[in-house]
Amino acid sequence: MPHPGLELRNLSFDFGPWSLRASLTAEPGHVTAVLGASGAGKSTLLALAAGFERPDAGQVRVHGETVTNLPPARRPVATLFQEHNLFAHLTAFQNVALGLDPGLRLTEDQRRCATAALSRVGLDGKESRLPRALSGGERQRVAIARTLVMRRPVLLLDEPFAALGPSLRRNMLDLVDGFRRDQGMTVVMVTHDPADARRIAESAAFMHDGRILSSGPTAELLDNPRIPELADYLGVPHTP
Amino acid sequence: MMVGHRTRLWPGLAALAASPGLAILAIATLLAASPGMGPAGPGSGFDSYIWRVLGFTLVQAGLSTILSLAFALPLTRALARRPVFPGRSLMVKLFGLPLVLPVIVAVFGITAVWGHNGAISNALEAMGLPGLSPLYGLSGILIAHTFFNMPLGVRLLLPVWDSIPGETWRLAGQLGMNSWQIFRLIEFPRLMAAVPGVAMLIFLLCFSSFTVVLVLGGGPRATTLEVAIWQALRLDFDIDRAVALALLQVSACLIAGILFYRLSRTPISAPTEERQVVRPDAASRFGLLADIVWLTAGFLWVMAPLVAITVSGLAGPVADVLGRANIWAAAGRSAAVGVSAGFLALIIGLMLATTARDLAVRSRRSRLADWLEIAGSQTLIVSPVVLGAGLFLLLFPRVPVFDWALPLAALVNGLVTLPYVLRLVGPVLRRTAEHHDRLCAGIGLSGISRFRIVEWPALRRPAATAMALASALATGDLTAIVLFGLDPDTTLALLLYSALGSYRMDQAAVIALLLVATCLSVFIVIEGLGRAASRIGTS
Repeated sequence: MPHPGLELRNLSFDFGPWSLRASLTAEPGHVTAVLGASGAGKSTLLALAAGFERPDAGQVRVHGETVTNLPPARRPVATLFQEHNLFAHLTAFQNVALGLDPGLRLTEDQRRCATAALSRVGLDGKESRLPRALSGGERQRVAIARTLVMRRPVLLLDEPFAALGPSLRRNMLDLVDGFRRDQGMTVVMVTHDPADARRIAESAAFMHDGRILSSGPTAELLDNPRIPELADYLGVPHTP
Repeated sequence: MMVGHRTRLWPGLAALAASPGLAILAIATLLAASPGMGPAGPGSGFDSYIWRVLGFTLVQAGLSTILSLAFALPLTRALARRPVFPGRSLMVKLFGLPLVLPVIVAVFGITAVWGHNGAISNALEAMGLPGLSPLYGLSGILIAHTFFNMPLGVRLLLPVWDSIPGETWRLAGQLGMNSWQIFRLIEFPRLMAAVPGVAMLIFLLCFSSFTVVLVLGGGPRATTLEVAIWQALRLDFDIDRAVALALLQVSACLIAGILFYRLSRTPISAPTEERQVVRPDAASRFGLLADIVWLTAGFLWVMAPLVAITVSGLAGPVADVLGRANIWAAAGRSAAVGVSAGFLALIIGLMLATTARDLAVRSRRSRLADWLEIAGSQTLIVSPVVLGAGLFLLLFPRVPVFDWALPLAALVNGLVTLPYVLRLVGPVLRRTAEHHDRLCAGIGLSGISRFRIVEWPALRRPAATAMALASALATGDLTAIVLFGLDPDTTLALLLYSALGSYRMDQAAVIALLLVATCLSVFIVIEGLGRAASRIGTS
């Protein structure tokens, strides 16, 4: 069964004096981490992949198909943001159901599907709660449930768990990793914490000032930082 | 309480004696003179005339609110949907102008566009079509109120869209929402939270509208409570009726004010990104066309009267009007009333804001501090006409009120513009206390020297801006002076009013432009003093 992967080819994006020049290949069915300090361009890279921003040059490919000129809704890509993933005035169930129909006109099958997704993320019985009546972790679980019903083969994580405590964050990463395995999703996660990358990402890339300076298997990249910027970022001595 | 800092109550209490103290005194005077207390027995002032006036006041305020919002909502949506286009920020600034333009001047501009002999009517006749009918009565009032309040609505509603986080638009894009779904699921819920408060404010402003109705309202059919109070007091000298009308006005505004306070809410969440996120429905061709239509209509609606004021002023008998000595004397008196009112507002505002700051930051009584500032901003409830009517009744038996017209106009305007000062100066004072109280206590900086070194440098600019704004508004005010003044030569606003009343439109045009120039000069000079003072301070 062919699994789609994500390929960013020679992307070029200028925003004032700041520029991004990057290529990245995410293995199908795997988790790829993008590491770097804030301002390195990690979130912009994901925005380009999702179609929220248009690159000045370069290509975005999903499963070999070029999607560079498609609007976000027609790309086989789902995104989890750090915050504002949910509509504050809609219930948990409605927020999930938006992934099935953006106008909330649901068939009986779709209703069952949304309820089942909430159950899979451990939110049985909380279908009619509003986001403000949910904890931070529960809110992100609702957002995960929505990405599940959207059935998009590529999932982009823009630090959705950064505001959670360490143990809850590990639980959430494991939850996403489990779904990745079940559904064969390709996951690209942005993080500034190397521990997140080590936990679920087979490979990783290090971004600095709009450029990907180094990439490879996560453990190798992080254990022997070959470039000074990465060593500085990790706070370890530079291994030449 | 924070160590080393006392909460000073006396400035705030002294300021409260002025506002709302004088307003309360005015209402007490009205109550004491009220029909129920008089020899004619209870309720004698309340006849069918009063109820008819109340009915018209409600109808025009309701229709003005509906029209202003019906125009402002799609226009604001268009502005929000097009975050980048040439002239956008200029357009938002343009929409702030009607709020500071003297009302009587704006009314002149509107008649010059929409009136019987206005630009549109003349253009229609030139094409062989029937011209517009005279602008008096309900339709004129509605056009004028929409001129003032549509832009106000836009400026108050734009933050509702600005508060929608970028992630929401990205999510909407990823989920494939269309324009209707975006409206239903993203915009409508937020508007439901914000629109009632904005609607109530516009209703309140139109309910208490005086100058517009004085000039454009015609006879008893198109009179509001405010204008009826003035007529009863100054034309008919029917005290019973004036008192009954004023009490009705205050009660109605109190109810509307409480509703406004209950309904107004600040937007829920702030945007998380500086970068502009493109809405997924911005690309549709129909949407683009609709937005262009709304933006153009809004621009023309506000711009046309402003252009008319400038063009007809310059084309009028400039040399003739400016050659008259009484014009310049009136301009001087207008500026004097304006500057005195601005100074008064600044002093009272600073005193009130100091105590409110002490209570909020040092005594941790922020609710009390908020109430103090609300009490100082009561002029939405006790309108300038009611305040003036109360003072008039209080002073009339004791002093020659008409000789005191200028100081009384300055006093009423000082109290009316107090909210602007509080809005601009209050936050700065609170910030200096939050940032510097500990340091000042540590190095023993207090009293006057602390004010000179810590507060004044931060306050100079906002204080000058606040005084400049209050002074400019008071310079162009007609309400207070028409209540106390006898001689039509007293101020430029009165001169303009009498020129409009006798259909000397060419002269009115020149006076209107001169009044705008006077207000602008007052504003620029006072604001410039603040700038100069802060440059000397930093060099």
